[in-house]
Amino acid sequence: MIFAERLDWQVATAAKFCRETQGVVTIAFEVPEWHGHLAGQHVDVRLTAENGYQAQRSYSLASPAGNAAEIELTIERIKEGEVSSFLTEELAIGDDIELRGPIGGYFTWDRQSSSPLMLIAGGSGVVPLMSMLRTRYKVGGKAPARLLYSSRTAEDIIYAAELDRLAANGDGLSLIHTLTRGAPSGWQGERRRVDKQMLATHAFQSSEQPQVFVCGPTLFVETVADQLISLGHAESAIKTERFGPTGDKR
Amino acid sequence: MTEDLARLDGNAAAGTLCRFLAIDVTSMMITCAACGAEAPLGRLHLYGGRMGIILRCVACGEVNLGAVEVGETLRLDPRGAACLTFRAGPATFR
Repeated sequence: MIFAERLDWQVATAAKFCRETQGVVTIAFEVPEWHGHLAGQHVDVRLTAENGYQAQRSYSLASPAGNAAEIELTIERIKEGEVSSFLTEELAIGDDIELRGPIGGYFTWDRQSSSPLMLIAGGSGVVPLMSMLRTRYKVGGKAPARLLYSSRTAEDIIYAAELDRLAANGDGLSLIHTLTRGAPSGWQGERRRVDKQMLATHAFQSSEQPQVFVCGPTLFVETVADQLISLGHAESAIKTERFGPTGDKR
Repeated sequence: MTEDLARLDGNAAAGTLCRFLAIDVTSMMITCAACGAEAPLGRLHLYGGRMGIILRCVACGEVNLGAVEVGETLRLDPRGAACLTFRAGPATFR
């Protein structure tokens, strides 16, 4: 039996804001009661209006695994999304929200693992995968790792500069971007949706027994997982997490 | 219930379930009572709304687990699960 902490809501105070792209903001929260988290876990955020109306959504942790009392969430503003709009546009430094977590043991990366690490992200699905890459860097991981990251345009790439720095460290991480809605001139990466051929080119072979994490919108995740299986990857080696704009309207 | 709600997976149901069940629910294996397929809860398809959580089999789409959280109460409907399997392993950061 795997025992986890029983989850209660706790107060988190907004401490820092960082705009990542036009619609994406990273917020650092101080959570005095935080007991630490694993790379890939998420939290539930709850907002309560003055009239008692409550809204709740799940967001991935972006900060590396560890037990620091400051955690980071990277939040994409969803059109008409009541929670993401509030968090990205109205929340200010010093404001309190409620959250509970960390949540999830399935979509997590074990930093002791020596298997090749294959990360495949669609849009803001990169957030939990960034936690894995930050954790890998923090612990000095040397096992080969690749991030295949699909964005709409170059301006939509979240963590662009930090990813370039991580990939330049010479510690076995390679970074492959693909853009689905037009690329700037001189673009070196791929320029279409992730498909079977792209996975055959850029993903580790199934014989290398990689651990694979796929995160993105539902259709992206399902398509990529199916194609990986058709390339011979074991279903049990592919961990998936979906999100969707509709998740914000839930 | 609209198609739009069938967008998430069991990972998004874990906050509610973990509030009551002191186990890592996303790694809990659920065997579908209808077709026998086995998957971790994190992979099941989530149909959720304000009324509660419905987790469906990734293979056949039948309901495996229903859950409703009302205040301090969780009601689980496990009739769609033939078996729940737990494995030992690290789940929290220590």
